[in-house]
Amino acid sequence: MEEKKSTFAVKKGLAQMLKGGVIMDVVTPEHARIAEEAGACAVMALERVPADIRKDGGVARMSDPDMIAEIIETVSIPVMAKARIGHFVEAQVLQQLGVDYIDESEVLTPADNDYHIYKHDFDVPFVCGCRNLGEAMRRIGEGAAMIRTKGEAGTGDVVEAVYHARTVFGQIRRLQNMPIEEVMTFAKEIGAPFDVLMETRELGRMPVVNFAAGGIATPADAALMMQLGVDGVFVGSGIFKSGDPAKRADAIVKAVTHYDNPEMLAEISRNLGEAMVGINISTMPEEDKLAGRGW
Amino acid sequence: MKIGVLALQGAFAEHIIMLSKLGVETAEVRLHAQLDDLDGLIIPGGESTTMGKLMVDFDLLEPIREFGLGHAIWGTCAGAILLSKDAHREQPLLHLMNITVERNAFGRQVDSFEADLNVEAFGIDNPFHAVFIRAPIIETISGDTKALVTLADGKIVAAQEGHLLATSFHPELTGDTRFHEYFLTLAKK
Repeated sequence: MEEKKSTFAVKKGLAQMLKGGVIMDVVTPEHARIAEEAGACAVMALERVPADIRKDGGVARMSDPDMIAEIIETVSIPVMAKARIGHFVEAQVLQQLGVDYIDESEVLTPADNDYHIYKHDFDVPFVCGCRNLGEAMRRIGEGAAMIRTKGEAGTGDVVEAVYHARTVFGQIRRLQNMPIEEVMTFAKEIGAPFDVLMETRELGRMPVVNFAAGGIATPADAALMMQLGVDGVFVGSGIFKSGDPAKRADAIVKAVTHYDNPEMLAEISRNLGEAMVGINISTMPEEDKLAGRGW
Repeated sequence: MKIGVLALQGAFAEHIIMLSKLGVETAEVRLHAQLDDLDGLIIPGGESTTMGKLMVDFDLLEPIREFGLGHAIWGTCAGAILLSKDAHREQPLLHLMNITVERNAFGRQVDSFEADLNVEAFGIDNPFHAVFIRAPIIETISGDTKALVTLADGKIVAAQEGHLLATSFHPELTGDTRFHEYFLTLAKK
């Protein structure tokens, strides 16, 4: 029997197992334990949650390998970690540490202003962010095995996550409805690799799992993204910057399961303590926004 | 015939697509009342800790256990862990099958793999292409449980005990419906 490792089916397959779940940002093994007990389907190990990266400023880099290793030791669920856009050596280090997924993330300071990592070269799978279908298709073309539509991380304001999810799903609907001879010009307009775009047209969805991320702070926010059509959610600052992280984590997990059941959502949303304070994106200077990073 | 797929978390949509290909009526199961008119249940791949916790929170653990006493249940990967009586970790389990499992037995994600398996029930010349994702192995079987598929090194990756079926791998990811058809024969009995 011949075993084939690190095939695209295997990389994409792990993301399929995460569907209908919540991936939580954690900065300590203790956080990771709280997340796992609350029912997270995976954790994202990072040094500072996006709200603190925003507050502290400076260069945000890959996390300390010791901290990532400790988190891997602590939980039985998959562990993801972030590398800077284009920083393929951070990605090599993360693969060596044994993380299960790498997020090439705009939340960290980009290491390359023109190019992303060529992800097919790695054994470990990657997730990348997108604001529109073209960006998603380019990332898949480079080897991303999972996509997250971007929100504005660390704000607790879901508006950008909604906007980008609607943009992507709207473009997929347009793609499906256009005559086939228009697809190549559409590919040119949105900067998408033609073959990935054709596959998306045939499937009626992206060929990889698509989560939402950025600005999700409440169970209702999570259910909103699910009803819009994503496969699951990432929650960053929304949990550990809230008044009662364990309770809120538990509620967001339940809300993703019962996303289309308002009776359950009403029950799940009760008595959760303070949500994270948040930043209203409409008053935020353009240069403070992270979602625009990615080429 | 109506088959439910536990839809708390994980790859439940993939199973529903496979069952639909076979013309079977399906239902997503999130609440125990949804078990009432089913002929069988699939517990999909996903995270066993997440599903186990939600089964407790939504009072599904005991109803599914009772359902399994008289109906067919198939667990894939995380589902196989949930059917077992021991996973060497403190987590809610159904204790329905006389199997013990070792979670993440092949290692982390970079050790996940695809392989062609010989499944006796499908004939020796027709290997089943299987995808293993951070997969468990069935470490021990006892009582009336039989091993359905073993790897070259003797590791058990599929087992059956009467109308209960456990697989370490994911037939819902490959498009080959033979395991789903096999499960439907168990649900019919």
